Amino acid sequence: MKVLAAMSGGVDSAVAAARLVQAGHDVTGVHLALDRNPRPFREGTRGCCSLEDAHDARRAADALDIPFYVWDFSERFQEEVVADFLDEYRAGRTPNPCLRCNERIKFAAVLERGLALGFDAVATGHYARLVERGGIVELHRAADPLKDQSYVLGVLNQQQLRHCLFPLADTPKPKVRAEAASLGLKVAAKPDSYDICFIPDGDTQGFLRDHLGKQDGPIVDEVGQRLGGHRGSYGFTVGQRKGLDLRVPAADGRPRYVLRIEPKDNAVIVGPREHLAVSELTGVRVTWTSEPLMAPTRCLVQYRAHGAALPGQVGVDGDRVSVSLDEATHGVAPGQTMVLYDETRVVGSATIEAAR
Amino acid sequence: MRTYLDHAATSPLCLVARERLVEALEALGNPSASHRSGQLARRRLEEAREELADAVGAAPSEVVFTSGGSEADSLALLGSRYARPERPRLLISAVEHAAVAGARRFGAEVLPVDGDGHVLAEGLGQITDDVTVVSIIKVGNETGVVQDLDPWVERAHGRGAWVHTDAVQALGHVPVDFRGDGVDLMSLSAHKVGGPVGIGALLVRRGVTLAPAGLGGEQEGGIRSGTQSVALATAFAAAASQAVRELADEAPRLAGLRDRIRDVVAVAGGVLNGAGEACHIVNASFPGARSQELLLLLDQAGIDASAGSACRAGVSAPSDVLLAMGLGVEHAGSALRFSIGRTSTATDVARLAAVLPGVVERSRAGGH
Repeated sequence: MKVLAAMSGGVDSAVAAARLVQAGHDVTGVHLALDRNPRPFREGTRGCCSLEDAHDARRAADALDIPFYVWDFSERFQEEVVADFLDEYRAGRTPNPCLRCNERIKFAAVLERGLALGFDAVATGHYARLVERGGIVELHRAADPLKDQSYVLGVLNQQQLRHCLFPLADTPKPKVRAEAASLGLKVAAKPDSYDICFIPDGDTQGFLRDHLGKQDGPIVDEVGQRLGGHRGSYGFTVGQRKGLDLRVPAADGRPRYVLRIEPKDNAVIVGPREHLAVSELTGVRVTWTSEPLMAPTRCLVQYRAHGAALPGQVGVDGDRVSVSLDEATHGVAPGQTMVLYDETRVVGSATIEAAR
Repeated sequence: MRTYLDHAATSPLCLVARERLVEALEALGNPSASHRSGQLARRRLEEAREELADAVGAAPSEVVFTSGGSEADSLALLGSRYARPERPRLLISAVEHAAVAGARRFGAEVLPVDGDGHVLAEGLGQITDDVTVVSIIKVGNETGVVQDLDPWVERAHGRGAWVHTDAVQALGHVPVDFRGDGVDLMSLSAHKVGGPVGIGALLVRRGVTLAPAGLGGEQEGGIRSGTQSVALATAFAAAASQAVRELADEAPRLAGLRDRIRDVVAVAGGVLNGAGEACHIVNASFPGARSQELLLLLDQAGIDASAGSACRAGVSAPSDVLLAMGLGVEHAGSALRFSIGRTSTATDVARLAAVLPGVVERSRAGGH
């Protein structure tokens, strides 16, 4: 197969590419330049788009003796991921930009270009398993729950999955590093990336403040009584307790939590913890890994990258899904993506519109 | 086997240069040292200087060896600026190599060009008594456009301004005569004409006093410090003199190949960019395709070409030179440069002809 291996400059994607080479595929490495003004050096564990990361990816490709190119997707990344991220916060929602990038950039723009140029598949260093069964490519969790990345891949459809390769699958991370070391890859001991790649200092609040500006608004209780003020509702997430700085104590003296954000009034609504509990979720922008669910189905529902998978009943109504969780959960924010699983298999995904 | 169509980026080391290089690498001695070993090194260096000067119509004392074309350009512009602070203005054409175009960072004014890449005569009026140097590339490195420097030399000298030309792509491809061209400063590079990478020269007309742009032991007439590489200099001189000697035969041969590449480009749906008078460069756009993709597909097919534009960390942006010629961003973003040299043959062109139409079709089919 002719495979385009997306190489971030990290150890995972380097080993993924190496495995494809060893398996006899015709592999070409590509590094995605996503930052319009890349920083010269990598800072700690943040980000993946510095010039140093591009260099690391190039040197890994050299070690594997494969062709390597840098593809500039920075404009598209800015439009589809960064601008969307800001728009979502502006609208009082909590987006996941990594999912968005997978959906719109890595497994869309890059895959499309790769296919157009004659490649058969795009490979990445994600930890997830692909299983072909009855002519369908299924996406499954990796065995290690701490490393499993099926959640951020949950937005992929069958057409995309057919052209994906995740060579790391279930491999434990220490083994990946050992493999990198034995291949002489210099990234063998490079720290993993965390956080959002386009916020290199990790200060998401600062980034939002810089881009969205100060937007003074009220903090109110559920009956609309003003309890305090804030400098921007983007500074709050559902379930947050700290940092509210409320001067008016609650009547019952108990702590208060952010229940929701009302973008219309730029208001942050707070209340007691039990009011955070939700069990009915509705989702839009639905994706399916293969066939859509037709009848109500028992699924496991995960709404955070490293959150628990909660059992519930999933029904489909046109272009929406509705979920009834068996037991209530806390801290669900509109804008988050819920990924639906059947045991370990990803069924589909939806963006949470409302929860109650 | 690969088909190498990127001679304007670098050209293979020629045999005479290789022989000289290997031989001279064995020699010991710093040419600035007073002992006998140093004297012998000095002798070889001066012989190289004389040989190069002779090849390009300069006096030996007018040759300042540098690390390459970019350093020669930088030295010409910075050295002029430092030497004559009372003349603060720099003028450069819109189709310069990055080593000259970079002077925009410190206020160089840009002379506009026409759609072919020729500098517009209307810019002549910008040369006034406060201009220290006017820099116009002799043969464009991206499109192969050849500039007529005469009117610029005449006007500049009438106003006391110096004229610099980047002649890196001119050497070995069009006649180069430093004295005859009348310019004050001329940049040359070894590795575009079969010499080694790592050496070039700035020709500085007698009577023009540049200020040094770097610190050090004041070698090379006090203008360019640093221990000279005798081996590189002697190999450079050998390659340059051979290129000049063979120009009369080589230029028409290359022009014949160039014309056949133009035909191949036309068959593949390409549109030529610029006047491209030089015998060794073809620049063309392939509307609907994208340079990066075309290069990748050509690379897979075993053909080395170039987008002809600056790369930043491997990311290519549409060429400023093509944009300055009035090309749209999409058009400039689909440009390729094919450049040929001493080792190029009809077989290279035939292999390009076999591959290019399919490559262009594939990139266009990607749809953007």
